[in-house]
Amino acid sequence: MPHLAAAYNLARWLTRHDQDAEDVVQEAFLRAYKFFGNFHGGDSRAWLLTIVRNTCYTWLLQNRAHELTEEFDETLHDVARADVNPETLLLHDAQQQLLRQALEDLPVTFREVVIMRDLEGLSYKDIAYITDLPLGTVMSRLARARTRLQQYVTAHLHTEAKRGL
Amino acid sequence: MDCDETQDLLHGYLDDELDVVSSRALTQHLQACPVCAQAYEAQRALRTALRTSVLYFTPPPSLPKQVWAEVRRASRADTRRMRWTWGGLNVAVAMAIVVLLVWSGGLVHMRSPVDGPVLQDVIAGHVRSLMANHLTDVLSADQHTVKPWFEGHVDFAPPVPDLTAQGFPLAGGRLDYLDNRPVAALVYKRQQHVINLFVWPAPSSAARPESTVTRHGYNLVQWTTAGMTYWAISTLNAPELEAFAHGVQQHTMLPSPPKT
Repeated sequence: MPHLAAAYNLARWLTRHDQDAEDVVQEAFLRAYKFFGNFHGGDSRAWLLTIVRNTCYTWLLQNRAHELTEEFDETLHDVARADVNPETLLLHDAQQQLLRQALEDLPVTFREVVIMRDLEGLSYKDIAYITDLPLGTVMSRLARARTRLQQYVTAHLHTEAKRGL
Repeated sequence: MDCDETQDLLHGYLDDELDVVSSRALTQHLQACPVCAQAYEAQRALRTALRTSVLYFTPPPSLPKQVWAEVRRASRADTRRMRWTWGGLNVAVAMAIVVLLVWSGGLVHMRSPVDGPVLQDVIAGHVRSLMANHLTDVLSADQHTVKPWFEGHVDFAPPVPDLTAQGFPLAGGRLDYLDNRPVAALVYKRQQHVINLFVWPAPSSAARPESTVTRHGYNLVQWTTAGMTYWAISTLNAPELEAFAHGVQQHTMLPSPPKT
């Protein structure tokens, strides 16, 4: 997977917009070119994604600052743990759409850890390096974000099932 | 380990990020506690859904060129400024780095051909299958039961050779997720040893001879034939695992083209 693809995917998920993501990626590569002197070997993907993420955050701050301060609402979609059936999460087109919505609905600071871990396959250590967060925070954000995703999908499936009756 | 601790550590467990002691304690708790086991299965299903679905955004085909044009413009300006200094060399190095980042994915890590994220995925997949009590989705020693089961679950038809005569009875099959895609996992046994054979379509049709490595106490054999990539992994000793690989290869070779 070329790094450009990883860069675009992350930027697209953080900005939630095609053209904005392209602009951010261009800017990030310019920065990578200018600051290559800061690259001291090691994982070039993590280094590049750090630049992409910082460029995204600068962009959000300038254009949609409110998204950076969005709170994580723990009470939303309160579904009992026992209601979450693994079978309901199998892959139908409609559910992929639902999952996409659920991800877009997460505050950006939680969305990014899921994208980096589950879509990009980065280790906790790499995510901690890119986001400049302690390892424990990465793990707890990931846990809360995934729980929320599951509740979102389950709640919507329940609503649909009721409507179907 | 109690339920609260399990909930705290569940995601680290799911992501193979726990230390061995916690990981073992959590496995034991999951075997004993149906509520936590269901929470774990639900999270595992969510993760599979996240990974297998089309959530990954691919860049538009024009983006590499745009990025490159932008960087070249910046480098021209730099070169004009620094024509008579060593700075020009820096510009060239920076440009080369950008080329690598855009088109190759970085050549900073030189690894042996089989080492890499796929190998880690294969080991993780094998360990997970034994640990989480999820060795098979379809439990059958009959290749004619296992092979059709995959039809509804993956977008390719993995060969399911019958190797009972060679001393490797089939135990079943399972859907797994490696190398960023769903793959077929065939489970064979040799005495008390479990062999996971992971199969998925190769990115290129070029055949690759088998190579054997030992990592974390497991033996792994990897090869590519007839457009499919194979990884066999087991605690079985290397010669016997290679014999298993040869058995599979004999069943999966393309028939040689008829001579005219």
